[in-house]
Amino acid sequence: MTNNTSLTNGASQAATADTALVPKTGSHFDRKGLVQMALLGLLLLVPVAAYFLGHIYYVNLASRITIIAMAAVGLNLAIGYGGMVSFGHAAYFGLGGYVAGISAYHAFDLTPFMTWPFSLPGSDSLLVVWLVAALLCALLALAIGAISLRTTGVYFIMITLAFAQMIYYFANSWPTYGGEDGLPIYIRNTLPLVDSSNALTYFLICFVGLVLAMAITSRLMKSRFGAALTMARLNDVRLATAGISPYPIRLVAFVISAAITGLAGALYADLNGFVSPNMLSWHFSGELMVIVILGGVGRLYGPLAGAVLFVMMETFLGGVTQYWQLFLGLVLLGVVLFAKHGVMGWLAGRERNE
Amino acid sequence: MSDIVLSLQKLHKRFGALQATQDVSLDLQQGEIHALIGPNGAGKSTLIGQIAGNIRPDEGRVFLADTEITSMSIAQRARLGLGRSFQVSSLAEPLSVMRNVMMGVQALQSHSFRFWKPVARDRHLLEPAYAALERMQLSHRAWTPVFELSHGERRQVEVACALALKPRALLLDEPMAGLGPEGSAKLTELLEALKLEVPILLIEHDMEAVFRLADRISVLVSGSVIAHGDSQAIRQDPRVREAYLGDSDA
Repeated sequence: MTNNTSLTNGASQAATADTALVPKTGSHFDRKGLVQMALLGLLLLVPVAAYFLGHIYYVNLASRITIIAMAAVGLNLAIGYGGMVSFGHAAYFGLGGYVAGISAYHAFDLTPFMTWPFSLPGSDSLLVVWLVAALLCALLALAIGAISLRTTGVYFIMITLAFAQMIYYFANSWPTYGGEDGLPIYIRNTLPLVDSSNALTYFLICFVGLVLAMAITSRLMKSRFGAALTMARLNDVRLATAGISPYPIRLVAFVISAAITGLAGALYADLNGFVSPNMLSWHFSGELMVIVILGGVGRLYGPLAGAVLFVMMETFLGGVTQYWQLFLGLVLLGVVLFAKHGVMGWLAGRERNE
Repeated sequence: MSDIVLSLQKLHKRFGALQATQDVSLDLQQGEIHALIGPNGAGKSTLIGQIAGNIRPDEGRVFLADTEITSMSIAQRARLGLGRSFQVSSLAEPLSVMRNVMMGVQALQSHSFRFWKPVARDRHLLEPAYAALERMQLSHRAWTPVFELSHGERRQVEVACALALKPRALLLDEPMAGLGPEGSAKLTELLEALKLEVPILLIEHDMEAVFRLADRISVLVSGSVIAHGDSQAIRQDPRVREAYLGDSDA
């Protein structure tokens, strides 16, 4: 360790450490990189082409895939990277959706959301909706996580489910915002400078959201925080023994995960022009888990691959038979039995930990 | 008394009807290896738990240097400089040796809520971790995943992890367990060199290693310390022979 610059990159680590194995620095053009670029490239190009060919339906389908993928990116941070198997992420997806819906409702009606202790009007600005959705989901996850993370394993799964179901029934029985009928958004919330009601523009907004969520996850997992979270997942006794308490690390990861899923929920409500308690139901929590597992748990592109597969099956097989979930079940069975690292593991090879 | 790095004062711990720790007082001084031995069921694990922080004593106090750590969490104790290794090695197996050792360095430098800078090129993490590995003669394995290591090498990694904390005291729980004669000899050598920097509280079954390494030995039987002294005294103590070595073993 005489040379100060010796540890600045992988190549010179070898020089320092005699025969030390150098961690593989993945090139962007290996198999994994190609599969990832193809996936992202297709997701971008197909809707652009569809738009100019006049097939708006497929543009909206791509938006749907993108948003579901983003919600799964959030869940993947908890399950895949943090080892926290949350069965209640629909709570954040739905809360994000209701923020968009309720905000638009009051902006449309010109009524305030509340008058006491201060007057709070609705807003039809997407930026405001996103900010509020992310903040509220983070706060909700802070409360739910603070309690749930005191348990592990099956208990954690059940307690996150229980919290989500509480919120589901609350939304279901609160008549102000439509109760079980849901709440329509008559005019999509707006952004400055661009026309968010244009299908392609809205897809591109969602696409940027997804790419940002993935970039944040990737960067996060390479940081000190990510190193601690990885250790909390693999061996929390080791983490504590090394001087870092696992609980706050997990809690912060859980909160970030929920905020990402909540943002996706807000995008989803504006895409459909509608929000209902279905977005909060445990079915959706389950679907998100299926997507994460299909794509590959703890893989950066796993949620995207899983969402593409899931929504395509739902759309195209669902058009042929209402029993499409039978085939989904078979695919899931195949993935769990034969491709433990999901579709991404199968397409792009196993991920190597450095 | 500034020479005392770790001290246990009148610890008591009871699990139901079982008195697992009974009035145990011990200390660890600068520059020494203090071995704790005792037959199975003597309460060694319970005592280690109370030092390391996963078990709270019913009575008594634990000090690390001048700081009372009796009610601190495992992580707080580690940051104050209590390094430990486990009876069954506890490492993140899919990760490289380096990534395991770096955790302690990271804990020491600041909180871990740093979200942006990648650790893979962070010299402030890599260099101290590498130095700890060199100390355990393991730097050639820095980038090997732990699951590829031999049992003996994992033992060394555990000690390197503890060293990354720049510990004031080391608590090693049966570091020789499961090692062949060769590995055992090598670790003995490394620990002998290490004790000059960091005093070691050694819990060990391997009597050869204990008698060779330990400056002082305490014998724990049924939750209490029944004998205390250098290896000569312990070898000759009749109570120890009776309780631990067995009468016929003389």
